[in-house]
Amino acid sequence: MSGFNLPGIWAIYRTEMARTRRTILQSVATPVITTVLYFIVFGSAIGSRMHQVAGVSYGAFIVPGLIMLTLLTQGISNASIAIYFPKFTRTIFEILSAPISSMEVVLAYVGAAATKAILIGLIILVTATFFVPVQIMHPAWMIAFLVLTALTFSLFGFLIGIWADSFEQLAVIPSLVVTPLTFLGGAFYSIDMLPQPWRTVSLFNPVVYLVSGFRWSFYGSGDVGVAASLIFVITFMVCCLALLSWVFRTGYRLKS
Amino acid sequence: MPTVLSLSSVTKIYKSGQTALHEIDLVIEKGEIFALLGPNGAGKTTLISIICGLVSMTTGHVSVNGYDIIKDYRSARAIIGLVPQEISLDIFTTVEDTVRFSRGLFGKPNAPDYIEQLLRDLSLWEKRSARLNELSGGMKRRVMIAKALSHEPDILFLDEPTAGVDVNLRRDMWDLVRRLRDRGVTIILTTHYIEEAEEMADRVGVIDRGRLMLIEGTATLMHKLGKRRLTILLHQPLMTIPPALAHWPLQLDAEGSRLVYEFDANASDTSIPHLLRDIGAAGIDYTDLETSRSTLEDIFVGLLEGQI
Repeated sequence: MSGFNLPGIWAIYRTEMARTRRTILQSVATPVITTVLYFIVFGSAIGSRMHQVAGVSYGAFIVPGLIMLTLLTQGISNASIAIYFPKFTRTIFEILSAPISSMEVVLAYVGAAATKAILIGLIILVTATFFVPVQIMHPAWMIAFLVLTALTFSLFGFLIGIWADSFEQLAVIPSLVVTPLTFLGGAFYSIDMLPQPWRTVSLFNPVVYLVSGFRWSFYGSGDVGVAASLIFVITFMVCCLALLSWVFRTGYRLKS
Repeated sequence: MPTVLSLSSVTKIYKSGQTALHEIDLVIEKGEIFALLGPNGAGKTTLISIICGLVSMTTGHVSVNGYDIIKDYRSARAIIGLVPQEISLDIFTTVEDTVRFSRGLFGKPNAPDYIEQLLRDLSLWEKRSARLNELSGGMKRRVMIAKALSHEPDILFLDEPTAGVDVNLRRDMWDLVRRLRDRGVTIILTTHYIEEAEEMADRVGVIDRGRLMLIEGTATLMHKLGKRRLTILLHQPLMTIPPALAHWPLQLDAEGSRLVYEFDANASDTSIPHLLRDIGAAGIDYTDLETSRSTLEDIFVGLLEGQI
Protein backbone atom coordinates (compact mmCIF):
# COMPACT_ATOMS: atom_id res chain seq x y z
CA MET A 1 0.00 0.00 0.00
CA SER A 2 1.41 3.39 -0.88
CA GLY A 3 0.33 6.89 -1.81
CA PHE A 4 -2.58 8.65 -0.26
CA ASN A 5 -4.99 7.00 2.18
CA LEU A 6 -8.13 8.74 0.98
CA PRO A 7 -10.53 6.18 2.55
CA GLY A 8 -8.73 6.72 5.87
CA ILE A 9 -9.10 10.50 5.69
CA TRP A 10 -12.74 10.13 4.68
CA ALA A 11 -13.41 7.67 7.53
CA ILE A 12 -12.14 10.14 10.15
CA TYR A 13 -13.81 13.14 8.49
CA ARG A 14 -17.17 11.36 8.19
CA THR A 15 -17.05 10.16 11.80
CA GLU A 16 -16.30 13.68 13.03
CA MET A 17 -19.13 15.16 10.99
CA ALA A 18 -21.44 12.43 12.29
CA ARG A 19 -20.53 13.52 15.82
CA THR A 20 -21.75 17.01 14.90
CA ARG A 21 -25.05 15.62 13.66
CA ARG A 22 -25.44 13.63 16.89
CA THR A 23 -24.84 16.73 18.97
CA ILE A 24 -26.59 19.20 16.69
CA LEU A 25 -28.01 21.26 19.57
CA GLN A 26 -24.65 21.72 21.22
CA SER A 27 -22.68 22.03 17.97
CA VAL A 28 -24.82 24.36 15.93
CA ALA A 29 -27.82 25.68 17.83
CA THR A 30 -25.85 26.94 20.84
CA PRO A 31 -23.41 29.21 18.95
CA VAL A 32 -26.20 30.46 16.70
CA ILE A 33 -28.49 31.30 19.63
CA THR A 34 -25.59 32.98 21.49
CA THR A 35 -24.81 35.12 18.47
CA VAL A 36 -28.45 36.07 18.00
CA LEU A 37 -28.42 37.25 21.60
CA TYR A 38 -25.37 39.41 20.80
CA PHE A 39 -27.28 40.98 17.92
CA ILE A 40 -30.31 41.66 20.10
CA VAL A 41 -28.28 43.13 22.98
CA PHE A 42 -25.44 44.90 21.18
CA GLY A 43 -26.94 45.36 17.73
CA SER A 44 -30.53 46.36 18.51
CA ALA A 45 -30.73 47.46 22.16
CA ILE A 46 -27.40 49.26 22.59
CA GLY A 47 -26.49 49.70 18.91
CA SER A 48 -29.68 51.63 18.13
CA ARG A 49 -28.48 54.39 20.48
CA MET A 50 -24.99 54.54 18.94
CA HIS A 51 -23.63 56.49 15.98
CA GLN A 52 -22.25 54.77 12.97
CA VAL A 53 -18.85 53.10 13.34
CA ALA A 54 -16.47 53.06 10.37
CA GLY A 55 -19.29 54.24 8.14
CA VAL A 56 -21.80 51.51 8.97
CA SER A 57 -24.43 50.98 11.67
CA TYR A 58 -23.10 49.48 14.88
CA GLY A 59 -25.19 46.34 14.39
CA ALA A 60 -23.68 45.77 10.95
CA PHE A 61 -20.20 46.70 12.23
CA ILE A 62 -20.13 43.85 14.76
CA VAL A 63 -21.18 41.14 12.27
CA PRO A 64 -17.64 40.31 11.01
CA GLY A 65 -16.30 40.37 14.57
CA LEU A 66 -19.01 38.01 15.80
CA ILE A 67 -18.41 35.60 12.94
CA MET A 68 -14.67 35.72 13.64
CA LEU A 69 -15.32 35.14 17.37
CA THR A 70 -17.33 32.04 16.45
CA LEU A 71 -14.75 30.81 13.95
CA LEU A 72 -11.97 31.03 16.53
CA THR A 73 -13.83 29.40 19.39
CA GLN A 74 -15.51 26.74 17.26
CA GLY A 75 -12.34 25.89 15.32
CA ILE A 76 -10.36 25.49 18.51
CA SER A 77 -12.99 23.57 20.49
CA ASN A 78 -13.98 21.25 17.61
CA ALA A 79 -10.42 20.26 16.77
CA SER A 80 -9.16 20.02 20.35
CA ILE A 81 -12.00 17.73 21.49
CA ALA A 82 -11.74 15.71 18.27
CA ILE A 83 -8.20 14.57 19.04
CA TYR A 84 -8.42 14.72 22.84
CA PHE A 85 -11.44 12.38 22.98
CA PRO A 86 -9.63 9.43 21.29
CA LYS A 87 -6.72 10.02 23.66
CA PHE A 88 -9.09 10.02 26.64
CA THR A 89 -10.92 6.86 25.53
CA ARG A 90 -7.62 5.31 24.31
CA THR A 91 -9.14 4.68 20.88
CA ILE A 92 -6.16 6.67 19.56
CA PHE A 93 -4.36 3.31 19.30
CA GLU A 94 -6.35 2.62 16.16
CA ILE A 95 -5.24 5.83 14.47
CA LEU A 96 -1.61 5.31 15.45
CA SER A 97 -1.57 1.73 14.18
CA ALA A 98 -3.31 2.50 10.88
CA PRO A 99 -1.55 2.97 7.53
CA ILE A 100 -2.28 6.68 7.55
CA SER A 101 0.28 9.48 7.66
CA SER A 102 0.30 12.13 10.35
CA MET A 103 -0.52 14.81 7.79
CA GLU A 104 -3.51 12.79 6.58
CA VAL A 105 -4.72 12.51 10.18
CA VAL A 106 -4.36 16.28 10.59
CA LEU A 107 -6.10 16.90 7.29
CA ALA A 108 -9.07 14.76 8.36
CA TYR A 109 -9.50 16.10 11.89
CA VAL A 110 -8.68 19.73 11.11
CA GLY A 111 -10.70 19.58 7.91
CA ALA A 112 -13.76 18.38 9.83
CA ALA A 113 -13.28 20.95 12.61
CA ALA A 114 -12.84 23.76 10.08
CA THR A 115 -15.87 22.60 8.07
CA LYS A 116 -18.04 22.79 11.18
CA ALA A 117 -16.65 26.22 12.10
CA ILE A 118 -17.23 27.56 8.58
CA LEU A 119 -20.78 26.18 8.45
CA ILE A 120 -21.61 27.82 11.77
CA GLY A 121 -19.96 31.04 10.62
CA LEU A 122 -22.10 31.04 7.46
CA ILE A 123 -25.26 30.28 9.46
CA ILE A 124 -24.47 33.25 11.68
CA LEU A 125 -23.91 35.44 8.62
CA VAL A 126 -27.29 34.44 7.23
CA THR A 127 -28.88 34.96 10.67
CA ALA A 128 -27.32 38.44 10.86
CA THR A 129 -29.07 39.50 7.67
CA PHE A 130 -32.40 39.16 9.52
CA PHE A 131 -31.30 41.76 12.07
CA VAL A 132 -28.99 44.20 10.30
CA PRO A 133 -28.14 45.28 6.72
CA VAL A 134 -24.98 43.38 5.80
CA GLN A 135 -22.94 44.03 2.68
CA ILE A 136 -19.91 42.12 1.44
CA MET A 137 -17.63 44.27 -0.72
CA HIS A 138 -14.97 41.59 -1.32
CA PRO A 139 -16.74 38.21 -1.23
CA ALA A 140 -13.71 36.24 -2.46
CA TRP A 141 -11.56 37.73 0.29
CA MET A 142 -14.35 37.12 2.80
CA ILE A 143 -14.36 33.43 1.90
CA ALA A 144 -10.53 33.36 1.92
CA PHE A 145 -10.38 34.85 5.45
CA LEU A 146 -13.19 32.58 6.61
CA VAL A 147 -11.45 29.42 5.37
CA LEU A 148 -7.93 30.44 6.38
CA THR A 149 -8.97 31.46 9.89
CA ALA A 150 -11.08 28.34 10.43
CA LEU A 151 -8.22 26.09 9.26
CA THR A 152 -5.56 27.95 11.24
CA PHE A 153 -7.42 27.93 14.53
CA SER A 154 -8.54 24.35 14.02
CA LEU A 155 -4.83 23.50 13.69
CA PHE A 156 -4.21 25.45 16.90
CA GLY A 157 -7.05 23.56 18.59
CA PHE A 158 -5.63 20.25 17.38
CA LEU A 159 -2.33 21.16 19.06
CA ILE A 160 -4.17 22.01 22.29
CA GLY A 161 -5.96 18.64 22.13
CA ILE A 162 -2.65 16.79 21.78
CA TRP A 163 -1.02 18.80 24.55
CA ALA A 164 -3.94 18.51 27.00
CA ASP A 165 -3.80 15.76 29.59
CA SER A 166 -7.15 16.59 31.17
CA PHE A 167 -10.44 18.27 30.35
CA GLU A 168 -9.32 21.21 32.49
CA GLN A 169 -6.20 21.70 30.36
CA LEU A 170 -8.39 21.40 27.29
CA ALA A 171 -10.44 24.41 28.42
CA VAL A 172 -7.70 26.55 29.90
CA ILE A 173 -6.23 28.11 26.72
CA PRO A 174 -9.57 28.79 24.99
CA SER A 175 -11.12 30.35 28.09
CA LEU A 176 -8.11 32.15 29.61
CA VAL A 177 -6.29 33.24 26.45
CA VAL A 178 -8.41 33.06 23.32
CA THR A 179 -11.70 34.47 24.63
CA PRO A 180 -10.12 37.56 26.29
CA LEU A 181 -8.00 38.24 23.22
CA THR A 182 -11.10 37.94 21.04
CA PHE A 183 -13.16 40.32 23.14
CA LEU A 184 -10.26 42.80 23.22
CA GLY A 185 -9.51 42.26 19.54
CA GLY A 186 -11.96 44.72 18.08
CA ALA A 187 -14.93 42.39 17.61
CA PHE A 188 -17.28 44.94 19.20
CA TYR A 189 -15.38 48.17 18.53
CA SER A 190 -12.81 49.77 16.28
CA ILE A 191 -9.46 50.13 18.00
CA ASP A 192 -9.51 53.76 16.81
CA MET A 193 -12.14 54.26 19.51
CA LEU A 194 -9.56 53.36 22.20
CA PRO A 195 -7.43 56.00 23.95
CA GLN A 196 -3.65 55.67 23.90
CA PRO A 197 -1.76 53.63 25.04
CA TRP A 198 -4.46 50.93 24.63
CA ARG A 199 -4.68 51.56 20.91
CA THR A 200 -0.96 50.71 20.53
CA VAL A 201 -1.23 47.80 22.98
CA SER A 202 -4.08 46.38 20.87
CA LEU A 203 -1.76 46.11 17.88
CA PHE A 204 0.02 43.31 19.77
CA ASN A 205 -3.25 41.38 19.94
CA PRO A 206 -3.26 38.91 17.02
CA VAL A 207 -7.05 38.78 16.91
CA VAL A 208 -7.11 42.45 15.89
CA TYR A 209 -5.54 41.46 12.57
CA LEU A 210 -8.07 38.69 11.98
CA VAL A 211 -11.12 40.81 12.76
CA SER A 212 -9.74 43.76 10.83
CA GLY A 213 -9.02 41.75 7.68
CA PHE A 214 -12.40 40.07 7.81
CA ARG A 215 -14.20 43.36 8.40
CA TRP A 216 -12.32 44.89 5.46
CA SER A 217 -13.76 42.15 3.22
CA PHE A 218 -17.25 43.26 4.31
CA TYR A 219 -17.04 47.06 4.42
CA GLY A 220 -13.74 47.95 2.71
CA SER A 221 -12.08 49.37 5.83
CA GLY A 222 -10.30 47.92 8.85
CA ASP A 223 -8.13 48.86 11.79
CA VAL A 224 -4.95 47.56 10.11
CA GLY A 225 -3.99 46.93 6.50
CA VAL A 226 -5.43 43.84 4.82
CA ALA A 227 -1.93 42.66 3.87
CA ALA A 228 -0.90 42.68 7.54
CA SER A 229 -4.00 40.60 8.36
CA LEU A 230 -3.23 38.09 5.67
CA ILE A 231 0.43 37.82 6.66
CA PHE A 232 -0.58 37.24 10.27
CA VAL A 233 -3.01 34.40 9.47
CA ILE A 234 -0.56 32.66 7.17
CA THR A 235 2.35 33.07 9.61
CA PHE A 236 0.28 31.63 12.45
CA MET A 237 -0.79 28.72 10.25
CA VAL A 238 2.84 27.96 9.31
CA CYS A 239 3.83 28.08 13.01
CA CYS A 240 1.04 25.60 13.89
CA LEU A 241 2.06 23.28 11.04
CA ALA A 242 5.72 23.40 12.13
CA LEU A 243 4.75 22.57 15.70
CA LEU A 244 2.50 19.73 14.52
CA SER A 245 5.28 18.35 12.38
CA TRP A 246 7.50 18.27 15.48
CA VAL A 247 4.71 16.60 17.50
CA PHE A 248 4.34 13.78 15.00
CA ARG A 249 8.09 13.41 14.47
CA THR A 250 8.74 13.03 18.19
CA GLY A 251 5.46 11.34 19.12
CA TYR A 252 4.98 14.01 21.82
CA ARG A 253 2.08 12.94 24.09
CA LEU A 254 1.05 10.35 21.48
CA LYS A 255 3.71 7.62 21.58
CA SER A 256 5.99 6.42 24.35
CA MET B 1 6.68 -21.46 5.13
CA PRO B 2 7.61 -17.86 4.23
CA THR B 3 8.52 -15.42 6.97
CA VAL B 4 5.77 -12.93 7.72
CA LEU B 5 7.32 -11.10 10.66
CA SER B 6 10.94 -10.59 11.53
CA LEU B 7 12.43 -8.79 14.52
CA SER B 8 16.13 -8.25 14.86
CA SER B 9 17.89 -6.85 17.95
CA VAL B 10 14.81 -4.93 19.05
CA THR B 11 15.50 -2.96 22.21
CA LYS B 12 13.21 -0.56 24.01
CA ILE B 13 14.43 1.79 26.72
CA TYR B 14 11.75 4.12 28.09
CA LYS B 15 12.50 7.75 28.97
CA SER B 16 12.48 6.73 32.63
CA GLY B 17 15.54 4.59 31.89
CA GLN B 18 13.65 1.32 32.26
CA THR B 19 14.72 -1.24 29.67
CA ALA B 20 11.53 -2.97 28.57
CA LEU B 21 13.06 -5.13 25.82
CA HIS B 22 16.59 -6.46 25.40
CA GLU B 23 17.83 -7.34 21.92
CA ILE B 24 14.78 -9.34 20.84
CA ASP B 25 15.19 -11.57 17.78
CA LEU B 26 12.10 -13.33 16.51
CA VAL B 27 10.89 -14.79 13.24
CA ILE B 28 7.25 -15.73 12.67
CA GLU B 29 6.16 -17.84 9.74
CA LYS B 30 3.08 -17.25 7.66
CA GLY B 31 -0.01 -19.00 8.93
CA GLU B 32 1.27 -20.03 12.33
CA ILE B 33 -0.24 -19.35 15.74
CA PHE B 34 2.44 -18.01 18.03
CA ALA B 35 1.82 -17.53 21.75
CA LEU B 36 3.92 -15.14 23.74
CA LEU B 37 3.95 -16.09 27.39
CA GLY B 38 5.32 -14.10 30.26
CA PRO B 39 4.42 -12.64 33.62
CA ASN B 40 3.05 -9.12 34.07
CA GLY B 41 5.58 -6.48 33.02
CA ALA B 42 7.65 -8.97 31.00
CA GLY B 43 7.46 -6.83 27.84
CA LYS B 44 4.74 -8.66 25.87
CA THR B 45 2.56 -5.63 25.22
CA THR B 46 5.58 -3.40 24.51
CA LEU B 47 6.73 -5.87 21.86
CA ILE B 48 3.33 -5.93 20.17
CA SER B 49 3.01 -2.16 20.45
CA ILE B 50 6.34 -1.65 18.67
CA ILE B 51 5.34 -3.90 15.78
CA CYS B 52 1.97 -2.15 15.44
CA GLY B 53 3.43 1.38 15.56
CA LEU B 54 2.13 2.43 18.97
CA VAL B 55 5.54 2.55 20.66
CA SER B 56 8.85 3.62 19.13
CA MET B 57 11.71 1.15 19.47
CA THR B 58 15.05 2.45 20.70
CA THR B 59 17.16 0.26 18.42
CA GLY B 60 16.58 -2.69 16.14
CA HIS B 61 14.71 -3.57 12.99
CA VAL B 62 11.24 -4.97 12.37
CA SER B 63 9.82 -6.03 9.03
CA VAL B 64 6.33 -7.25 8.23
CA ASN B 65 5.99 -9.30 5.07
CA GLY B 66 9.33 -7.79 4.05
CA TYR B 67 8.21 -4.21 4.68
CA ASP B 68 10.20 -2.13 7.15
CA ILE B 69 7.75 -0.88 9.80
CA ILE B 70 9.32 2.60 9.76
CA LYS B 71 10.15 3.22 6.09
CA ASP B 72 7.25 1.23 4.60
CA TYR B 73 4.84 1.75 7.46
CA ARG B 74 1.80 1.96 5.20
CA SER B 75 2.39 -1.42 3.60
CA ALA B 76 3.41 -2.98 6.91
CA ARG B 77 0.44 -1.69 8.91
CA ALA B 78 -2.09 -2.40 6.18
CA ILE B 79 -1.77 -6.14 6.79
CA ILE B 80 -1.81 -6.01 10.60
CA GLY B 81 -4.86 -6.20 12.84
CA LEU B 82 -4.59 -5.51 16.55
CA VAL B 83 -6.93 -6.41 19.37
CA PRO B 84 -5.51 -4.62 22.40
CA GLN B 85 -5.86 -5.81 25.95
CA GLU B 86 -8.12 -2.95 26.98
CA ILE B 87 -11.56 -2.41 25.50
CA SER B 88 -11.20 1.02 23.88
CA LEU B 89 -14.24 2.13 21.94
CA ASP B 90 -16.09 5.31 21.08
CA ILE B 91 -19.19 4.25 22.97
CA PHE B 92 -21.48 6.74 21.24
CA THR B 93 -21.21 5.10 17.82
CA THR B 94 -22.99 2.00 16.57
CA VAL B 95 -21.44 -1.43 16.03
CA GLU B 96 -21.64 -1.23 12.24
CA ASP B 97 -20.36 2.34 12.05
CA THR B 98 -17.31 1.66 14.19
CA VAL B 99 -16.39 -1.44 12.17
CA ARG B 100 -16.83 0.46 8.91
CA PHE B 101 -14.69 3.26 10.36
CA SER B 102 -11.87 0.83 11.07
CA ARG B 103 -11.99 -0.60 7.56
CA GLY B 104 -11.84 2.87 6.03
CA LEU B 105 -9.02 3.93 8.33
CA PHE B 106 -6.94 1.07 6.99
CA GLY B 107 -7.46 2.30 3.45
CA LYS B 108 -10.03 -0.24 2.32
CA PRO B 109 -13.17 0.71 0.39
CA ASN B 110 -16.51 -0.06 1.96
CA ALA B 111 -17.52 -3.72 1.58
CA PRO B 112 -21.01 -4.26 3.00
CA ASP B 113 -21.04 -8.01 2.26
CA TYR B 114 -17.74 -8.61 4.05
CA ILE B 115 -18.78 -6.49 7.04
CA GLU B 116 -22.09 -8.36 7.27
CA GLN B 117 -20.34 -11.74 7.22
CA LEU B 118 -17.81 -10.58 9.80
CA LEU B 119 -20.55 -9.34 12.13
CA ARG B 120 -22.48 -12.57 11.65
CA ASP B 121 -19.36 -14.65 12.41
CA LEU B 122 -18.94 -12.75 15.66
CA SER B 123 -22.65 -12.91 16.56
CA LEU B 124 -22.90 -9.13 16.24
CA TRP B 125 -25.20 -8.80 13.24
CA GLU B 126 -28.36 -8.51 15.35
CA LYS B 127 -26.66 -5.73 17.32
CA ARG B 128 -25.31 -3.85 14.31
CA SER B 129 -27.43 -0.77 14.96
CA ALA B 130 -26.90 -0.76 18.72
CA ARG B 131 -24.73 1.91 20.28
CA LEU B 132 -21.65 0.50 21.92
CA ASN B 133 -22.60 1.79 25.36
CA GLU B 134 -25.62 -0.53 25.21
CA LEU B 135 -23.47 -3.67 24.83
CA SER B 136 -22.14 -6.04 27.47
CA GLY B 137 -18.41 -6.39 28.10
CA GLY B 138 -18.28 -9.62 26.11
CA MET B 139 -20.03 -8.05 23.13
CA LYS B 140 -17.66 -5.09 23.26
CA ARG B 141 -14.76 -7.53 23.15
CA ARG B 142 -16.30 -9.07 20.01
CA VAL B 143 -16.57 -5.58 18.50
CA MET B 144 -12.86 -5.04 19.18
CA ILE B 145 -12.12 -8.22 17.24
CA ALA B 146 -14.47 -7.21 14.41
CA LYS B 147 -12.67 -3.87 14.12
CA ALA B 148 -9.28 -5.59 14.00
CA LEU B 149 -10.51 -7.94 11.26
CA SER B 150 -12.43 -5.31 9.32
CA HIS B 151 -9.60 -4.70 6.84
CA GLU B 152 -8.90 -8.42 6.28
CA PRO B 153 -5.41 -8.46 7.86
CA ASP B 154 -2.83 -11.17 7.17
CA ILE B 155 -1.47 -10.92 10.72
CA LEU B 156 -3.63 -10.62 13.80
CA PHE B 157 -2.27 -9.61 17.19
CA LEU B 158 -4.39 -10.62 20.17
CA ASP B 159 -3.15 -9.07 23.39
CA GLU B 160 -4.68 -11.08 26.25
CA PRO B 161 -7.80 -11.79 24.16
CA THR B 162 -9.65 -13.84 26.73
CA ALA B 163 -8.70 -11.99 29.91
CA GLY B 164 -11.86 -11.54 31.95
CA VAL B 165 -14.24 -13.16 29.44
CA ASP B 166 -16.64 -15.97 30.23
CA VAL B 167 -16.10 -19.57 29.19
CA ASN B 168 -18.49 -19.42 26.21
CA LEU B 169 -16.84 -16.38 24.73
CA ARG B 170 -13.41 -17.89 25.30
CA ARG B 171 -14.45 -21.02 23.40
CA ASP B 172 -15.93 -18.84 20.61
CA MET B 173 -12.68 -16.95 20.37
CA TRP B 174 -10.63 -20.11 20.18
CA ASP B 175 -12.89 -21.33 17.36
CA LEU B 176 -12.50 -18.01 15.58
CA VAL B 177 -8.71 -18.14 15.89
CA ARG B 178 -8.67 -21.62 14.39
CA ARG B 179 -10.91 -20.53 11.50
CA LEU B 180 -8.65 -17.57 10.83
CA ARG B 181 -5.61 -19.81 10.84
CA ASP B 182 -7.34 -22.09 8.35
CA ARG B 183 -7.74 -19.05 6.10
CA GLY B 184 -3.99 -18.40 6.29
CA VAL B 185 -4.01 -15.60 8.86
CA THR B 186 -0.96 -15.52 11.11
CA ILE B 187 -1.92 -15.08 14.75
CA ILE B 188 0.27 -13.80 17.52
CA LEU B 189 -1.29 -13.83 20.95
CA THR B 190 -0.21 -13.01 24.44
CA THR B 191 -1.97 -14.78 27.22
CA HIS B 192 -1.97 -15.50 30.90
CA TYR B 193 -3.97 -18.66 30.27
CA ILE B 194 -1.29 -21.17 29.49
CA GLU B 195 -3.83 -23.82 28.55
CA GLU B 196 -4.87 -21.41 25.80
CA ALA B 197 -1.35 -21.49 24.36
CA GLU B 198 -1.14 -25.24 24.85
CA GLU B 199 -4.47 -25.74 23.13
CA MET B 200 -3.92 -23.47 20.15
CA ALA B 201 -0.35 -22.34 19.57
CA ASP B 202 1.99 -23.94 17.07
CA ARG B 203 4.93 -22.31 18.84
CA VAL B 204 5.41 -20.53 22.12
CA GLY B 205 7.87 -17.85 23.17
CA VAL B 206 8.59 -17.22 26.83
CA ILE B 207 9.53 -13.65 27.69
CA ASP B 208 10.67 -12.45 31.09
CA ARG B 209 12.06 -9.07 32.09
CA GLY B 210 12.34 -8.03 28.45
CA ARG B 211 14.33 -11.06 27.32
CA LEU B 212 13.06 -13.86 25.10
CA MET B 213 14.11 -16.87 27.12
CA LEU B 214 12.88 -19.56 24.77
CA ILE B 215 11.10 -20.06 21.46
CA GLU B 216 9.94 -23.55 20.69
CA GLY B 217 7.24 -25.52 18.97
CA THR B 218 4.55 -26.30 21.52
CA ALA B 219 4.68 -30.03 20.86
CA THR B 220 8.49 -30.05 20.80
CA LEU B 221 8.62 -28.10 24.05
CA MET B 222 6.25 -30.50 25.72
CA HIS B 223 8.28 -33.39 24.34
CA LYS B 224 11.67 -31.97 25.35
CA LEU B 225 10.88 -30.44 28.69
CA GLY B 226 7.77 -32.32 29.68
CA LYS B 227 7.85 -34.70 32.62
CA ARG B 228 5.53 -37.49 33.54
CA ARG B 229 4.44 -38.13 37.03
CA LEU B 230 3.42 -41.33 38.77
CA THR B 231 1.35 -40.84 41.94
CA ILE B 232 1.07 -43.84 44.27
CA LEU B 233 -1.89 -43.68 46.64
CA LEU B 234 -0.87 -45.40 49.89
CA HIS B 235 -3.04 -47.69 51.98
CA GLN B 236 -1.51 -46.37 55.23
CA PRO B 237 0.04 -42.86 55.55
CA LEU B 238 3.80 -42.67 56.00
CA MET B 239 5.72 -40.27 58.27
CA THR B 240 8.84 -40.38 56.06
CA ILE B 241 10.15 -42.18 53.03
CA PRO B 242 11.61 -45.52 54.23
CA PRO B 243 15.45 -45.93 53.91
CA ALA B 244 14.89 -48.87 51.54
CA LEU B 245 13.45 -46.40 49.00
CA ALA B 246 15.95 -43.59 49.66
CA HIS B 247 17.75 -44.14 46.33
CA TRP B 248 14.53 -43.37 44.37
CA PRO B 249 13.73 -39.67 43.62
CA LEU B 250 10.41 -39.85 45.46
CA GLN B 251 8.41 -37.13 47.17
CA LEU B 252 5.90 -37.66 49.96
CA ASP B 253 2.95 -35.29 50.07
CA ALA B 254 2.09 -33.28 53.19
CA GLU B 255 -0.50 -35.82 54.43
CA GLY B 256 1.90 -38.73 53.87
CA SER B 257 -0.72 -40.53 51.82
CA ARG B 258 0.83 -40.19 48.33
CA LEU B 259 4.24 -40.93 46.91
CA VAL B 260 5.11 -38.96 43.77
CA TYR B 261 7.66 -40.15 41.24
CA GLU B 262 8.65 -37.83 38.35
CA PHE B 263 10.41 -39.23 35.33
CA ASP B 264 11.47 -38.21 31.84
CA ALA B 265 8.45 -38.42 29.56
CA ASN B 266 10.63 -39.57 26.67
CA ALA B 267 12.72 -42.15 28.47
CA SER B 268 12.50 -45.67 27.08
CA ASP B 269 13.00 -47.19 30.54
CA THR B 270 10.90 -45.50 33.20
CA SER B 271 11.95 -48.04 35.92
CA ILE B 272 8.35 -48.09 37.17
CA PRO B 273 8.12 -51.91 37.52
CA HIS B 274 11.39 -51.86 39.48
CA LEU B 275 10.11 -49.09 41.75
CA LEU B 276 6.83 -50.88 42.42
CA ARG B 277 8.77 -54.05 43.33
CA ASP B 278 10.93 -52.07 45.78
CA ILE B 279 7.81 -50.49 47.33
CA GLY B 280 6.26 -53.96 47.77
CA ALA B 281 9.52 -55.30 49.25
CA ALA B 282 9.53 -52.42 51.75
CA GLY B 283 6.15 -53.64 52.99
CA ILE B 284 4.20 -50.62 51.74
CA ASP B 285 0.70 -51.30 50.45
CA TYR B 286 -0.90 -49.02 47.89
CA THR B 287 -4.47 -48.70 46.71
CA ASP B 288 -4.14 -46.99 43.34
CA LEU B 289 -1.74 -45.53 40.77
CA GLU B 290 -2.18 -42.34 38.74
CA THR B 291 -0.02 -41.05 35.91
CA SER B 292 -0.05 -37.54 34.46
CA ARG B 293 1.98 -35.45 32.05
CA SER B 294 3.34 -32.02 33.04
CA THR B 295 1.49 -29.09 31.51
CA LEU B 296 2.89 -26.12 29.65
CA GLU B 297 2.19 -24.20 32.84
CA ASP B 298 4.58 -26.46 34.78
CA ILE B 299 7.23 -25.88 32.11
CA PHE B 300 6.58 -22.14 32.09
CA VAL B 301 6.82 -21.82 35.87
CA GLY B 302 9.94 -24.01 35.86
CA LEU B 303 11.56 -21.76 33.25
CA LEU B 304 10.82 -18.60 35.16
CA GLU B 305 12.12 -20.12 38.38
CA GLY B 306 15.25 -21.35 36.64
CA GLN B 307 14.50 -24.97 37.36
CA ILE B 308 14.61 -26.02 33.70
